[in-house]
Amino acid sequence: MHNETLKSMLVELVPLAVFEEGSEWPTIMIEPASWKSLALLLTTTPALQFDFLFCLTCVDWKTHLGMVFHITSTLHRHTVVVKAKLNRDHPEIDTVSDIWKTAEFHEREVYDLFGVKFLKHPDLRRLFLTDDYVGWPLRKDFEDAVNMIKL
Amino acid sequence: MFEEVGTTEQGDLIINVGPQHPSTHGVLHLIITLNGETIKNVEPHLGYIHRSIEKMCESLTYRQFIYVTSRMDYLSSHINNHGCALCVEKGLVVEIPPRAKVIRVLMDELTRLASHQLWWGAMAMDVGALTPFFHAFREREAINDIMEETCGARLTMNYMVPGGVMFDLHPNFQSKVKDFIALFKSKIDEYDELVTSNIIFKNRMKNIGYLSNENAVSFGCTGPTARGSGVSCDIRKLYPYEIYAQLDFREITETGGDCFSRYLVRLQEMRQSLYIIEQLIDNIPEGDFQAKTKAVIKLPKGEFYSRVETARGEFGVYIVSEGGMTPYRIKFRSPGFSNLSALNHMAKGHKIGDLVAIMGSLDLVIPDIDR
Amino acid sequence: MFSLENITSSINAWLYSAFHPTVALVIEFLIIGLCAITLFALLGLVLVLMERKVSAYMQIRMGPNRVGPGGMLQTVADTLKLAMKEGLTPDGADRFLFNLAPYVVMIIAMLILAPIAFAKGFQIWDINIGVLYVSAISSLSVIGILMAGWASNNKYSLLGAMRSGAQIVSYELSAGLSIISMVVLTGSLQISEIISSQQNGWWILKGHIPAVISFAIFMIAVTAETNRAPFDLAEAESELTAGFHTEYSGMKFALFFLAEYVNVFIVCAIGATLFFGGWMPFHIGNWTAFNHIMDYIPSSVWFMAKTFLLIFLIMWFRWTFPRLRIDQLLHLEWKFLLPISLFNLLLTTLVAIMGWHF
Repeated sequence: MHNETLKSMLVELVPLAVFEEGSEWPTIMIEPASWKSLALLLTTTPALQFDFLFCLTCVDWKTHLGMVFHITSTLHRHTVVVKAKLNRDHPEIDTVSDIWKTAEFHEREVYDLFGVKFLKHPDLRRLFLTDDYVGWPLRKDFEDAVNMIKL
Repeated sequence: MFEEVGTTEQGDLIINVGPQHPSTHGVLHLIITLNGETIKNVEPHLGYIHRSIEKMCESLTYRQFIYVTSRMDYLSSHINNHGCALCVEKGLVVEIPPRAKVIRVLMDELTRLASHQLWWGAMAMDVGALTPFFHAFREREAINDIMEETCGARLTMNYMVPGGVMFDLHPNFQSKVKDFIALFKSKIDEYDELVTSNIIFKNRMKNIGYLSNENAVSFGCTGPTARGSGVSCDIRKLYPYEIYAQLDFREITETGGDCFSRYLVRLQEMRQSLYIIEQLIDNIPEGDFQAKTKAVIKLPKGEFYSRVETARGEFGVYIVSEGGMTPYRIKFRSPGFSNLSALNHMAKGHKIGDLVAIMGSLDLVIPDIDR
Repeated sequence: MFSLENITSSINAWLYSAFHPTVALVIEFLIIGLCAITLFALLGLVLVLMERKVSAYMQIRMGPNRVGPGGMLQTVADTLKLAMKEGLTPDGADRFLFNLAPYVVMIIAMLILAPIAFAKGFQIWDINIGVLYVSAISSLSVIGILMAGWASNNKYSLLGAMRSGAQIVSYELSAGLSIISMVVLTGSLQISEIISSQQNGWWILKGHIPAVISFAIFMIAVTAETNRAPFDLAEAESELTAGFHTEYSGMKFALFFLAEYVNVFIVCAIGATLFFGGWMPFHIGNWTAFNHIMDYIPSSVWFMAKTFLLIFLIMWFRWTFPRLRIDQLLHLEWKFLLPISLFNLLLTTLVAIMGWHF
């Protein structure tokens, strides 16, 4: 489906959606609280059927954390990007691991490296680092005198 | 006289498989709960080889960071490099010379062949046949020699640069690849005879590790793992890059969803890769092998995402640029990570021997999972 | 003609003439013990080297070729290395059983050696229930393996030992039944009589299809009984790292390793005795000239050639087939091999009663 038609459908579905320009796919900015309901809408609406979450990540913008979800549909072959701004001190967002099972691992990764709390996640523990590790390595203010090499 | 260590309340046995174990192919650590020989739960523990490549790339320039990505999925390092180069080119908006495009595709397919060959040997070794591993390496050696001649390295080639490839092809390249095609065409039938048609092998692989079509999508599986469940997900077909749109090849899908289907997909992909190489080897256009790019690459502010098909599945590169010399944030979507998340689902209720077969059929490369 | 029988009988005669009969008997015991141990060491060295060369040949490699001429001393060097290694006993292991297990396995392997006829008249003990003795003793080796697996206090070892228990107990049924069908044809349990019954042709040729079936079943069953691939579930490298001997090191490991190869030799020797006439040369009915030429080859050479051919067959299995899964292994035994071998026993009996064999 063409990006423009997809966009108009998304506007219909979420009237309050804020779109960000300049990316190759339609990008929706949302409030963290409305993420779960949007995710359900995206998967269940027959014309959209976004069933494949192929990338889930987070970006540290120093003032806030930005969650980025790349979702595509294996049926209609269209892609949407959903972004959410999180409070940097208490980053919290609903889990979508019950909608896309792959999110369980990806969310654990983001929790491990950025410290984002995914509410109602079935098993939110550190994935790569040890359980007693302190700090969130992929945040911009993370310092490690021993292991980090800087330009 | 012994205390009961490592059993649950129900008397189930908890076993650590890895981080040092012959069949995890690296430092994967699985904690498996067993009832007798039957697996009740598999819990992967990752991070033994996590180098935080994403963080490293934040302090490397756009020319430098490509080479670090060879160290992720070292078996398809060429294709990783390719994905990164494509992403940088998306930001730069440069036109790649046709010769460079063909060289890139040729190298990608050779890498895919080499990777699948190694997988084939390792797969057979996982289910207990040790000999095929050496047979696979015999042919892989030929590819490595070709790579060494043109790229200067055998495993982490670092041949892709933004705008094309680093050097022109070695003069021997074409004749050597043709020799390899002739060699491999006879050997791949041997692969079928030795392993595919073996009754023990079939019994070990069929109806093991079933992954349904829906679950494959939901778990984010890509590559041969998903295609074995009938999911059409070949990036080369769906979102063609370089010259894949003009090439004649089939996307292999099997509907079984078990280990044997995944095995067949990979085996047939080898034949398809060989077919692609055959089409291209006599048709390498003359011209530049690299587009002119500035010495210092700066991407405009924005976000760029590129996806390529590695030997394991969809490899995605997500670059967030603030306009500087280095990426602000970079995310690698590695195929192995998502494929691994389906392991528990697939292995439940099977025997220990099946776990090994399932892991083999997923074709795990641990540095690719840990990054 | 070179004959081991003459040597043994002359030594025997000399001992009894020079010493008191009791002393002579004790000296004979010592000589036999020494010979058995030497044979063990030699077999270990030769078979390990053979396995490595065979596997190398199948895997388009060179195999060991550095130590000694053509790599012949490689296994000697390996044994020296193992002998000098520290024999660790893990914490929490049952020390007594842990250290006992390799010797149990080894001694049982030695015991089976007794009734095997290496050449004409060259046999330690021609017991009248020879074949029964062999199958009875060989089933004991599972005790050593269970002991090792349990005493190691290691879950991989335990799993390997349990697998091995299930495997050996079930496969010795088929092995036993296929041996019995040959006994039915021969009419005797004594090894020397079994061999002499093949004077005019080996049982695999004389016994029609039943003999061939029981030979096939026998080879499958003994491969499983000796824990060799494709039935090496007790070790299952890619699943259980090393199975029941995961925790063993140094000489204790070497004993397990050696026992495996000696067991392979013994089962192949039994197979050669039952189906290929042991040391009996290849004879064809009334072709006296041909039979005489065959007789000129020493009987020990015949025996060794047949045994090593079967050993090569077992090695060939190992380097070709993938491993079975534990449930498939038991299915194969209880649902296929056991019914077939029971039916085959009936068939053999019919052949024996009707006198259809040659």
